[in-house]
Amino acid sequence: MREGDRRKKAAIKFGSELLKLLSMSEEIGLEDVDVKIGDLEIELLQPTAAVAPPKVVTPLPKVKPGKILELTFTPPIMEYPGQIVEVKLGATKREGGTRGKSIVIGGEKCPPFYTFEKSPPHAPVVACDVFDIDIPLPKALKMHVGDVTEDPAAWAKRCVDKFGAEMLTLNLTSIDPSKKNTSPRKAAKTVEEVLQAVNVPLAIGGCGDPEKDLAVFEKVTEVAEGERLLISSVSPYMDVKKTAETIKKYGHVALALTGMDINEARELNHQLYDILPREQIVMDTSTAALGYGLEFTFTLMERVRLAALMGDYELQHPMSSGTTNAWFAKEAWKKMAPQWEPRELRGPMWETITALTGLLAGVDYFMMMHPTAIKTVKDVIERLMNKEADEPEKIADWTTTRI
Amino acid sequence: MDHHKNLKRRIDLSEREVRRISKGEINPIDVYKLLPRTNCKECGEKNCMAFATKLVSRDIALERCTPLLGKEFEETYAILWKWLKPPVKEITIGTGDGAVKIGGQFVMYRHELAYFNPTAIAVDVTDELPDDELLKRIKGVEGFSYSYLGEELKLNLIAVRSTSDDPAKFATTIKKVTENTNLPLILCSFNPDVLEAGLAIASGKSPLIYAASENNWKDMARLALMYKCPLAVFAPNDLKLLRSMAGTLMEHDVENFVLDPGTFPDEGLVNTISNFTTLRRISCKEGDEVLGFPLMGTPIVAWLERERTQEVAEWTETYIASMLITRYADLLIMHSMDGWALLPLTILRKNLYTDPRKPTAVDPGLRIFGEVDENSPVMFTTNFALTYYAVASEIESSDISNKCYLLVIDTEGIGVQSAVARARAASKNRALTADMIAQAIKKSRIEEKVKHRKLIIPGMAAQLSDEIEDLTGWKVLVGPSSSSGLPRFLEEHWYRKKED
Repeated sequence: MREGDRRKKAAIKFGSELLKLLSMSEEIGLEDVDVKIGDLEIELLQPTAAVAPPKVVTPLPKVKPGKILELTFTPPIMEYPGQIVEVKLGATKREGGTRGKSIVIGGEKCPPFYTFEKSPPHAPVVACDVFDIDIPLPKALKMHVGDVTEDPAAWAKRCVDKFGAEMLTLNLTSIDPSKKNTSPRKAAKTVEEVLQAVNVPLAIGGCGDPEKDLAVFEKVTEVAEGERLLISSVSPYMDVKKTAETIKKYGHVALALTGMDINEARELNHQLYDILPREQIVMDTSTAALGYGLEFTFTLMERVRLAALMGDYELQHPMSSGTTNAWFAKEAWKKMAPQWEPRELRGPMWETITALTGLLAGVDYFMMMHPTAIKTVKDVIERLMNKEADEPEKIADWTTTRI
Repeated sequence: MDHHKNLKRRIDLSEREVRRISKGEINPIDVYKLLPRTNCKECGEKNCMAFATKLVSRDIALERCTPLLGKEFEETYAILWKWLKPPVKEITIGTGDGAVKIGGQFVMYRHELAYFNPTAIAVDVTDELPDDELLKRIKGVEGFSYSYLGEELKLNLIAVRSTSDDPAKFATTIKKVTENTNLPLILCSFNPDVLEAGLAIASGKSPLIYAASENNWKDMARLALMYKCPLAVFAPNDLKLLRSMAGTLMEHDVENFVLDPGTFPDEGLVNTISNFTTLRRISCKEGDEVLGFPLMGTPIVAWLERERTQEVAEWTETYIASMLITRYADLLIMHSMDGWALLPLTILRKNLYTDPRKPTAVDPGLRIFGEVDENSPVMFTTNFALTYYAVASEIESSDISNKCYLLVIDTEGIGVQSAVARARAASKNRALTADMIAQAIKKSRIEEKVKHRKLIIPGMAAQLSDEIEDLTGWKVLVGPSSSSGLPRFLEEHWYRKKED
């Protein structure tokens, strides 16, 4: 220890300087310092010097003040060594595709909507789910699309023109060997039809059968070469290498889907790095519905995003959420006792809250279905991206307002 | 000074330990060193070390250590209390059994420990409501109840607003309210005369006084002290003012606050989310004691915009409330009383305030539904509570399915999909394997109860089919991936087939 430090050490009093000094020198020893416990406890109250220098509480005068004292206020800003990669979805003519515009997600440098630190560089995106087969839908969803469920292109147009979807997820559910077992060629044709019907970027969903999904993705990626589709999904159960290769060959983006397990997510991304650039990977750690495990989804997403910002390289990807899963909750669709009705409001609120909880945990890409839920989440995102303040007067007299 | 030296010897902290504890990273050994170490078991634990461990995981109160409350340990107690106290102070509203505790938070993120004291939800009434409407709203709040995972979800408080701004009217209403409910109250007015009239009647119930503002704070401080009630501090979208007001009120010896940085449902939503987040970080991560109090939000402001229809106001209020439950509100005031709006909020609150350290599990073993016989179907699921309840309620929903055996496999509270996936991981920790199913079949003696040897497995566990068949000799039928498909599956693949 240098002489200067030694002198400094001797001068330590357990006042507010202690933690500052500790943070300056890892080597300061306390062995010959007389610990005065009365002082010590004051410092030990501040349990969080881990992330920032201790806050010096402004000394207050002893007499009861007659006016509001002006205390300092410093926003608790942190620095993050990591950043989420930016991923571009869809490609315009100039970019090698045919979309009206492409959309960039990710790029965050701080936790979601910590706007006292930074505003997110890109707004999260709301995509609408479309299916290539007439699947059973809850009444509240069916009433908005029931007349177009036989025609994916018409369904897609409905989502874009009427629901304001910024992207679509075309789920090729019919390829499921236990359902219609649609051939890769026919599935690819549906993709082409939808690409012609709308000009927003597309995501393509499989059926969950590892072999069949790969076969279909190989065909779809080829016929839509250059469109920068989001291929949903690559999972650990598939031939990850082959799936990634076809995504890379034809210039698309992989959606890396895992169960709710942070290590599994890291591992899959790591595997994908052998083939795909990081800018072509979006991740999804699975979404459970409100009331059916949403807390696991929320906490895992929050952990993933914080770890990514703290420098965990394999987790620095935009996050996607299959928010439509909200409808698996019985309370979202079932007719219940009169005090919980109408389900036409309860259902979309279920989807909305499932989405907003994800939004605040860091989701960049939502797959949703109900038009009101979609509109609400888009409205909220727009407001959260806007730095304009509301007028405090507007709510200042809420206690006396008759409503 | 002598007892200080004495303590120093007892504490015997190394430099490294001082640094660690100053970061809030307290471990059981630190605590153990300060405890009386009598192993008297009066706290109910095996020994002092076990007590120390529970203290650090916040599973027991310091005051359970009876020797520590003695005069000679006064200073040790003070140090331990300060080490272990939450950075967000716990505030009690109301008295007795009906009291509601808010705040008492230790961490900003659930995975760091757990959230405590779930967001309390208040519904408003006003002092201009006709009697029948007033009673209807009170009964509505009291009657709200939904059974979820074995718990009744409830609303917590009544917020009485003075829309008349008339002390006499307010007093009359408070009287009626206190006569008709034991729920804790929030008394809402920025007019000190009105509040005082209400407090004169309700102060024995320790209501929350809402609120001290930039203009009335001195009177509110007087009322809070005189009636010994917690005080809300309101500084809309001005955190510097909020901190200044809280600091000033502390100088006036007011100790129990709830902070309201304002809830803005429209353009200001971005600031609302930012303010709540800032406040929780500044208390939990920076240890600012001036702002170390519970936070309250007022989604009810969504109703102020007169151009909104009732449905839109309700919709807006509900989703704003959901965002504030996620972002650190310890108390919310709502206007809507509709079940479709409040049900998802109470469930969200329950979800996020579930202790992440404890997997939500039900007991494993064999469950019997309805009048079974030797031909009844046999299925399995895991003991993750949500999975189990989803399956059980689906089985019970139809006469076709409500006649079966269900094997509940112990995955330590993990759902089917995750548990199957874990079987592929290196550690096999909390995994679901074919071997476990074979053992469960054996242990349950189901083979003595049914004639057939056909097991219906969850669709999510399809990949285990072959292995299960090899290990058990049973034939596997892969069931639906979602429990909602169960009745139909049974009808098509169990009963219809049998009739062939």
